[in-house]
Amino acid sequence: MNDTAGKRNWSWWYLLFVVEFLLIIWPPLYNSVEPPLIGIPFFYWYQLLVVLIGAALTAVVYFATKDRVL
Amino acid sequence: MQNVDWVALTIFVALFVLISVLGFWASRWRRGDLDQLHEWGLGGRRFGTVVTWFLVGGDLYTAYTFIAVPALAFGAGALAFYAVPYTILIYPILFMVFPRLWQVCHKHGWVTAGDFVRGRFGNRWLALAIAITGIVATLPYIALQLVGIQVVLAGMGVGGTGFLADLPLIIAFLVLAAFTYSSGLRAPASIAIVKDVLIYLTAIVAVIVIPMQLGGFDRIFAAVPAAKVILAAPPPNSTGSLSTYATLALGSALALFLYPHSLTGILSASSSGAIRRNAALLPGYSFMLGLLTLLGFFAIAAGVDKLPEFASGFAQFKASFSIPALFVHSFPSWFVGIAFAAIGIGALVPAAIMSIAAANLYTRNIHKEFINPEATDKQESQVAKWVSLIVKIGALAFILFLAPQYAVQLQLLGGVWIIQTLPAVMLGIYTRWFNSWALLIGWVVGIASGTWMAFAANLSSTFPLAIGAFNFPGYAALYSLVLNLVVAAVLTPVFNSAGKAAVVDETVPADYTT
Repeated sequence: MNDTAGKRNWSWWYLLFVVEFLLIIWPPLYNSVEPPLIGIPFFYWYQLLVVLIGAALTAVVYFATKDRVL
Repeated sequence: MQNVDWVALTIFVALFVLISVLGFWASRWRRGDLDQLHEWGLGGRRFGTVVTWFLVGGDLYTAYTFIAVPALAFGAGALAFYAVPYTILIYPILFMVFPRLWQVCHKHGWVTAGDFVRGRFGNRWLALAIAITGIVATLPYIALQLVGIQVVLAGMGVGGTGFLADLPLIIAFLVLAAFTYSSGLRAPASIAIVKDVLIYLTAIVAVIVIPMQLGGFDRIFAAVPAAKVILAAPPPNSTGSLSTYATLALGSALALFLYPHSLTGILSASSSGAIRRNAALLPGYSFMLGLLTLLGFFAIAAGVDKLPEFASGFAQFKASFSIPALFVHSFPSWFVGIAFAAIGIGALVPAAIMSIAAANLYTRNIHKEFINPEATDKQESQVAKWVSLIVKIGALAFILFLAPQYAVQLQLLGGVWIIQTLPAVMLGIYTRWFNSWALLIGWVVGIASGTWMAFAANLSSTFPLAIGAFNFPGYAALYSLVLNLVVAAVLTPVFNSAGKAAVVDETVPADYTT
């Protein structure tokens, strides 16, 4: 067995992806009309917001892990 | 063929001619020897962060997506928005998993997922299963891109039935086939840049202008039936639409990068860093897709399905006509031409990449493996070019001679099938613990059970999984993947102890990281 996923490849910054996952995977968290934003129900603007948060978190992880091996 | 909107059609055709010229010129872009498969089929792995962004964006967010997702919102309401969590969940996967696959494929000159599995597990039958799944899942996807073109043509009054009505589609596809043949992956890469500029322009204008015309988002959502605005509360003893929503998002996300066209886009990047940078940049497209999904609600508020001028379009294309109808209803002809060109060209980019990806799979994992192992680089590339043509003609015939809903249903099944390659491909990137024959049997079980679930649910992707008295409706792809994984994990020690000869692994750990 020459498994390649050694511990040296791990970075704690990857936990930010878990945050992103938790923000979106549980629909009861955001399945609501209230509070609307400029007339758009919460359900929609929240998920659009998570798109932006996810992109920002990915950028953070990228810069934090840039200089290490994969 | 009446009431043709000549202004819109002229702009549409002009933009189409422009990108066709671009497609043929692309053979000289970042010039390489197109007699090599990795040059023709992966653009020589030379695309940096920016080109990869346009290419993968144009590849994943297809014309069909821009028609079908808002159409689902128009018909089914909030459920359609699962496309947004879906496209949120794909990027951590892209960031974590696929740079490693890029590294190992780059090192070994691999062009397809089948190549990787062949090298990693040393089992050409498993590689064959991966290749066939990829090709079969891709074909209906190409056919659906054609439906995207058909719908916008009908929006400009070029619709109906008969040879004359089909002619524009045939011409568009022949042009596509010709420049894909001559330029390979460079053609969709160059076209994607033009197409994406047009599609962003269309999305931004639509999301600002149409709500102003309709009197604001308050009024738009007031016009949407209350049951469609958010997900319905689940019935007793069931997780209802909540689990449907979450499993559709997660299952689709896991499946996405297993599709040959996604992988082709990723492998054509010039470095694994370009892939990771794109995991942070590609959500730009997800945001736009979310905005475009809202157009389905705009179409409800505008009541386009009740306007007599759109009756024939809705009769032919059902809810898929809602977005073209909304654009014709809301915009002057010249902008309709631009918006429709964005969608029409948006169909060509993924269709080209998909046909190239299917051709790569056939060439490497079927032709070279089983038919002509002695094929030279030049013969390999020639076979791929011909297969890309055959695949596209097949897709065209499918749309012209069979009803489009077969393509929709097959594409749905394709998602259930392609996810069954996850254990070999995605887990294979991390471990070769699994026995390759156990993976193959897991694949068979996954395909069979997933197909059965889809048929049991009347060809819908949502299977009502019952555990005791409790119901968990969810995406059949995800449920069948669990079965697949369990079978592969249980059979691995069985096969290993049965003394199957130790298999060679062409890769070493360092291949994945440097």
